[in-house]
Amino acid sequence: MTELLGASGQLAALYLLVGAASLLAASGVPGLLLDRRSLWGERLATLLTVIAGVAGLVGAFALLAATGSATLELPSPFPEQRTVLGGDALSGWFAVPVFLVGALGSIYSGAYWSARRHPRNGRRLRLCYGLLLASLIFILLARDGASFLMAWEVMALTNFFLVTIEENDLAVRRAGWVYLLYSHVTILGLFAFFVLQHRLSGELGFQRIPLQATSTAGAVLFLLALMAFGIKAGVMPLHSWLPSAHASAPSHVSAVMSGVVIKMGIYGLVRTTGLFGDLPLAWGVTVLALGAVGAFFGVVFALGQHDLKRLLAYHSIENIGIILLGLGLAMVGRSLGRPDWVLLGMAGCLLHVWNHALFKSLLFFGAGSVVHSTGSRDLEQLGGLARRMPATAMFFLIGAIAICGLPPFNGFVSELLVYLGLARAAVAPGAAWAALAAPVLAATGALAVACFVKVVGVVFLGTPRSAAATAAHESPLPMLVPMAVLATGCALLGVAPGLVAPALERAAAVWAGAPLAGQSLAELAPLGWVSAGALALVALAGVLLAVVLPVCRRGRVRQPALPTWDCGFAASSPRLQYTASSFAELITSRFAWALRPHERLPGIDRVFPASASFDSHVEDTVLDRILAPRVERARQVAARIRAYQQGDLQKYVLYIVGAIVALLLFNFRLGGLVTELYGR
Amino acid sequence: MSSLLSSLVAGLLLINLVALGTSRIGTVVRAVALQGVVLGILAVAAHGEVSNRVVALAVASILLKGWLIPVILFRALRQVAIKREVEPSLGLLPSLLLGALATVLAVAASSRLPLAETRLAPLLVPASFATVAAGFILITTRRKAISQVLGFLLLENGIFIFGLLLVEAMPFLVEVGVLLDLFVGIFVLSIIIHHINREFASQDTRRLSLLKE
Amino acid sequence: METLAHVAALLLFSPLLLGVIQRTKAIAAGRRGASVWQPYFDLGKLTRKEVALSQTTTWIFVVAPAIVVATAVLAGLLVPLGSFATPISFAGDFVFFTYLFALGRFFTAAAALDTGSPFEGMGAAREVGFAWLTEPAVFFAFLALCRLSGSLRLSQMLRATEGGLWLEHTAPLLLTAAGLFIVLLTECSRIPVDDPNTHLELTMIHEVMVLDHSGPLLALVEYGAALKLFILEAMLLHVMAPTAEVGGWPGFALFLFGLSGIAVGIGIVESVMARLRLLHVPTLLIAAILSCGFAFLLLNR
Repeated sequence: MTELLGASGQLAALYLLVGAASLLAASGVPGLLLDRRSLWGERLATLLTVIAGVAGLVGAFALLAATGSATLELPSPFPEQRTVLGGDALSGWFAVPVFLVGALGSIYSGAYWSARRHPRNGRRLRLCYGLLLASLIFILLARDGASFLMAWEVMALTNFFLVTIEENDLAVRRAGWVYLLYSHVTILGLFAFFVLQHRLSGELGFQRIPLQATSTAGAVLFLLALMAFGIKAGVMPLHSWLPSAHASAPSHVSAVMSGVVIKMGIYGLVRTTGLFGDLPLAWGVTVLALGAVGAFFGVVFALGQHDLKRLLAYHSIENIGIILLGLGLAMVGRSLGRPDWVLLGMAGCLLHVWNHALFKSLLFFGAGSVVHSTGSRDLEQLGGLARRMPATAMFFLIGAIAICGLPPFNGFVSELLVYLGLARAAVAPGAAWAALAAPVLAATGALAVACFVKVVGVVFLGTPRSAAATAAHESPLPMLVPMAVLATGCALLGVAPGLVAPALERAAAVWAGAPLAGQSLAELAPLGWVSAGALALVALAGVLLAVVLPVCRRGRVRQPALPTWDCGFAASSPRLQYTASSFAELITSRFAWALRPHERLPGIDRVFPASASFDSHVEDTVLDRILAPRVERARQVAARIRAYQQGDLQKYVLYIVGAIVALLLFNFRLGGLVTELYGR
Repeated sequence: MSSLLSSLVAGLLLINLVALGTSRIGTVVRAVALQGVVLGILAVAAHGEVSNRVVALAVASILLKGWLIPVILFRALRQVAIKREVEPSLGLLPSLLLGALATVLAVAASSRLPLAETRLAPLLVPASFATVAAGFILITTRRKAISQVLGFLLLENGIFIFGLLLVEAMPFLVEVGVLLDLFVGIFVLSIIIHHINREFASQDTRRLSLLKE
Repeated sequence: METLAHVAALLLFSPLLLGVIQRTKAIAAGRRGASVWQPYFDLGKLTRKEVALSQTTTWIFVVAPAIVVATAVLAGLLVPLGSFATPISFAGDFVFFTYLFALGRFFTAAAALDTGSPFEGMGAAREVGFAWLTEPAVFFAFLALCRLSGSLRLSQMLRATEGGLWLEHTAPLLLTAAGLFIVLLTECSRIPVDDPNTHLELTMIHEVMVLDHSGPLLALVEYGAALKLFILEAMLLHVMAPTAEVGGWPGFALFLFGLSGIAVGIGIVESVMARLRLLHVPTLLIAAILSCGFAFLLLNR
């Protein structure tokens, strides 16, 4: 591994990142001082965010160009503590999507959440947005527990305010409360984690854990980290806050949340598992299993949704599952001493972090455009938007192909890396069980194809199913430019993945603790062939299209108003088209045991029935069928205990007196007291 | 001196029983005031040496507890025009018996406490516990808000007695702290009584439970 | 030279297999049937016809057939024919292979929904509704072949049957072959999964997806189907028999003959069986997954 940047360069990059983060935090502040309808507040916020984004990208890429790490010590508000900030290739890797998606989201919000149309909450949105991005960077740079926890809490709180920005909507409020609950559990877990780590190693921070990981303390640390970071990342079954939160937030915020914020959970998991000297095999297997389950059921739940943004949120859960597959494979490789698995698994995990940030943000921006132009998130009210919003449709399609992991876009490359690692496990003697994840991943990919054909087909193709969809218009330029940038990124990483291979190796080396001896990504993964294959595919398709297109153009010119063949049924209408639910029904009916859809069946009981309707809705099974009934039962038990709280002050004093007397008696041991009495 | 001390302590215990056994609130106020005066004398007697500071504090305590607080309470009584405690939760005779029982238990328990001070302890600790118990009985079983203020006063007296044990260790702190505490407590309680009366047109604290959610 | 033969066979030989299947079914039904060269004539006829595009469709409808053929051709370059080396081969190319077909499926289904007709939508729903079961079966088969051959390249995985390996591991290979055969029947929409000759739209899967295509677009779609059949049959033949034993040009000719043999077998299966009810197709596919999975298990004992 060559090093392109020395230690002083790394320190400069670290300063640059800190400066960029501070600028991001301040980006929303000028807007507070200006009038709420003023466009200048919004433009200033966007400008500052973009400048910070560019500077941050430079810094992050600089960190990626070097091995080792740079640290910066600052005075801390806590006694006897120092705030330690550090930058290495891993932090730099996770920082790149933060700056990129953050800056693009800010440009997007200029048209999507413009100050003119949202005077009440526009300034709050921009302030919290900047603070959120800044806190993310500080999470990545924090090397001691106190600053990590502070940055994490700022992230959780600003995220809450962003999710509940449309507080008049009951569903949004509910989503915010569920999010806050899960956030609190996360931060409690993190506190416990850092305290335990402090007791074990004497340092409050991300230090090497000097104990045998097979001990109970190590297992507790791992479980705490898995629970806390797993909730943040959206690992099943701790994912229930994610769908409603991502659906309720404004679309560019959802893009940042899905693309970047949940990756902080992955970052935490990656850092934590990298701290242990030796990893037990069971941990890697657990992460693999969680990844496989999350990926598969994430996409199954996505198939059952007909809310566009909820569907995309479930796909985030699926992709987190794929990322965990890579991490689990790397952990297993480290336990069994297979550096090739470590490199392939880690490379797949990290590259998918970037890829998911790119295509998920692209998809959320597209969804935002759809919502902006039709006012609806419901798939059953859309249709035929490709003719009315051609650019948005094209970009959304690119995002859809990328998220299904299809060549020639970037999703395929990271999935290929994971497949290669799993196939190597299949070939190796004694560890073939790891390869069972590969068919699960394949099924997930096929289900993702089904889901995104549904989304693209129902939203953009066919005929409009409602008046709102008929009246749709193309999005303004500030909303199209970020999508174009992200689509280009997807194409670039799909066609030329070899560009990021050295940076990937450096970031993976940080996790593995040392540069992986003798392994290089170029040897293990045929990235050059992938590029060639992608280009060959595009070329072949282009050649065929060049032959076919003139014929088609002639056909359209000659007969411009042909209807679709409808088998002679003369009264064709948009309502006859397949709906999203019916498209997915073949698959969702098979998974009804997990999805448990709430169905309202039409009551047709006579020969000439009145008009009736059918309604089907899939809620989150873990939240609604498992957690909510238990919480309700706990409330009933608590209500019985509440009878003791009558509001009578005297009874309360009596309780206090009773407690004191009981303690005294316990202390004096009643028997001795009696003998004392009789003794006098 | 010790006979003076023991007679003063006996007087305190008797005053406790008087406060518990009567239903006339005016009597209870006077009993508590008298107890405050006795406590002031006790403070001087317990010290042994009679310095200026001790005398000043005793005089301040007697004035506050024996004159100022009863004046405030009688004024409050006149404002709300009540004379008697109506139907306490625990009848008068049972409260009396309970108070006596508490005294006996206090005597028995005090010998088992690991206290450093041995000269005054056998006298003062039981008195303190008994007074505190009497105060608690008043607070938990009497319905009128004024009675609860009086119970609170008794409680404070009991704590003051206990504080006398610490007089050599932390002389200034104990006395001034107790006095300040007492003054603030009475001040707040009288405001609360006024508000309770205005809000509910009654002094019955059972009505307070309407505030429960 | 060998590459040229590979490409030529891929591009020119594939429609013949469709003709062989048709002829076999006709003979089994007691008719004389059309000649085995009929698909070539059909493709030629379609190429000369005009295109009729519905006003509902967008550019996706036009692009989809081209992508189907492009992906199929590229995938065909990854599969070895006979004992010749494949033009393209790299570690992990079996993933590329599968996902190329997935890309073709994505666009075909999207083009079906593009027409705004419930028939095409139904076909697309069924197509993607069965694909999620065929993919794991294929991957289990690939994993079994990886294990057997110790290599991650498709060309070497499919040649795993050479040497004495075929006799040594007959059971897993037969199970894999059975699973792959079911996948082939599903992907190429043959009985018992789908009837390619029915005219009832409500019973179709693949045919109804492409109902609205016409002229050269339909020619591309049909050609893509032929390519897919060719490639999947080639894979199946490699697993069923130790094809790499006979080398050189005779082996190549023998391979093509074997492909025709499999086509005859498909024709016989289609003539003998009836179409399964749509509800029972997932059961069949799960049987394929279990078959290939069990093969993988056996190889890991």
